[in-house]
Amino acid sequence: MADRTGAADSEALHVELVAADRTVWSGDAAMVIARTTEGDLGVLRDHAPALSLLSEAVVEIQVDGTDDVVVAAVDGGFLSVANNRVSILSEHIELGEEIHVDKAKAELEEARGLIGANNEAERRVRRAEARLRAAEKVSSGASH
Amino acid sequence: MAVSLREYRARIKSTESMKKITRAMELIAASRIIKAQQRAQHAAPYARELTRAVSAVATFSNVDHPLTREEENPKRAAVLVITSDRGLAGAYSSSVLKEVERLSGRLRDEGKEIDYFLAGRKAEAYFKFRQRPFVDSWTGFSDQPSYDIAAEIGRALIDAFLKEQGEEGDVDEVHIVYTRFRSMLVQEPTAVRLLPLEVVEGEAPPEDDELLPLYEFEPSASQVLDGLLPQYVQSRIFYSLLQAAASELAARQKAMKSATDNAEELIKKFTRIANQARQAGITQEISEIVGGVNALADAQAAAND
Repeated sequence: MADRTGAADSEALHVELVAADRTVWSGDAAMVIARTTEGDLGVLRDHAPALSLLSEAVVEIQVDGTDDVVVAAVDGGFLSVANNRVSILSEHIELGEEIHVDKAKAELEEARGLIGANNEAERRVRRAEARLRAAEKVSSGASH
Repeated sequence: MAVSLREYRARIKSTESMKKITRAMELIAASRIIKAQQRAQHAAPYARELTRAVSAVATFSNVDHPLTREEENPKRAAVLVITSDRGLAGAYSSSVLKEVERLSGRLRDEGKEIDYFLAGRKAEAYFKFRQRPFVDSWTGFSDQPSYDIAAEIGRALIDAFLKEQGEEGDVDEVHIVYTRFRSMLVQEPTAVRLLPLEVVEGEAPPEDDELLPLYEFEPSASQVLDGLLPQYVQSRIFYSLLQAAASELAARQKAMKSATDNAEELIKKFTRIANQARQAGITQEISEIVGGVNALADAQAAAND
């Protein structure tokens, strides 16, 4: 971080995926794709400093030097990029592997049933959808 | 010897079982402290990143957000009291409550009325017993708080703070009283002002030589701030809860250690008295036998004469 001159292009993109109570994932990445409130955002190396609010959606991190993709469902929060350092903060973050597809499906059904009941329901649907998508992405990636 | 040997033995036994219980509680508390400290460590990156982000926004936009705005004439203050759910932790909860009384006195002197928000059964019991009103209370998590609880408390406090002056339930400032975990031996009750926020304080402020980059804000600086500040408040509350949990466990370990030591002392004392009583009994029996033999001998001698 201290060495920002010259060496910038040899630096990899360092990503920290941080939930309120733990660091979910941290490491170097080739690319980060996240959905902000304005639309999808892809972050490559040497991205301009930015601070964006995230929506309840899936975040994908392409791990540097491998074909691995880390998929996680975030619950709002925000993303900040500066000096080749990306921090994704959200109150709740779950990795795709940690999510059970059937359970996520059941939750989505439940949340859909609640729509109209209160304001919270819509958020819950979006969150359940994000979790389901993250879980499905991981399981489909594994079967290929 | 007013009490018989049997009773002393019974007392020793009950003290021994008490000692076993306090010893077990001491060990449990000791093992949980480590977990509580780990939880606090795991929560640290989130708090750090959040503080960085908030200070980044604060430096590049004129921070004028409802959560940072000072009321010109504050009339009501909210106090969040963080105590434990269970006792047997020495003076842990009572020293927090004492700090609350001190803070309340100060706020009243400044002419503010106080709304209490309570976390932990001990605080609730304290207020209920004295029939003092409180706005809301949360219980059942004191030794392992989750972020969801902190978020819930945060929402309640922010809601109260954002209300207009004069509205029902409005407060103009929010204070937290919790126990700061300095070390295993030192925990101190602390009162801090949470709202209105003073931006760029926090646990790990960015160093002076570290220039903050020129950020692009999406959708806009004020909207980013809208999203960030409530989370910042909640993370501060979560931090206080975690500190309080570690302090509670440390206080409990200390209290249970001294209880175990006291029980040991008591057992020693009782054993000594019991031995004395036993020996006194033996001595008495011997002297009775000797006395009986002597009397018999005397009687026989008298008959022979």
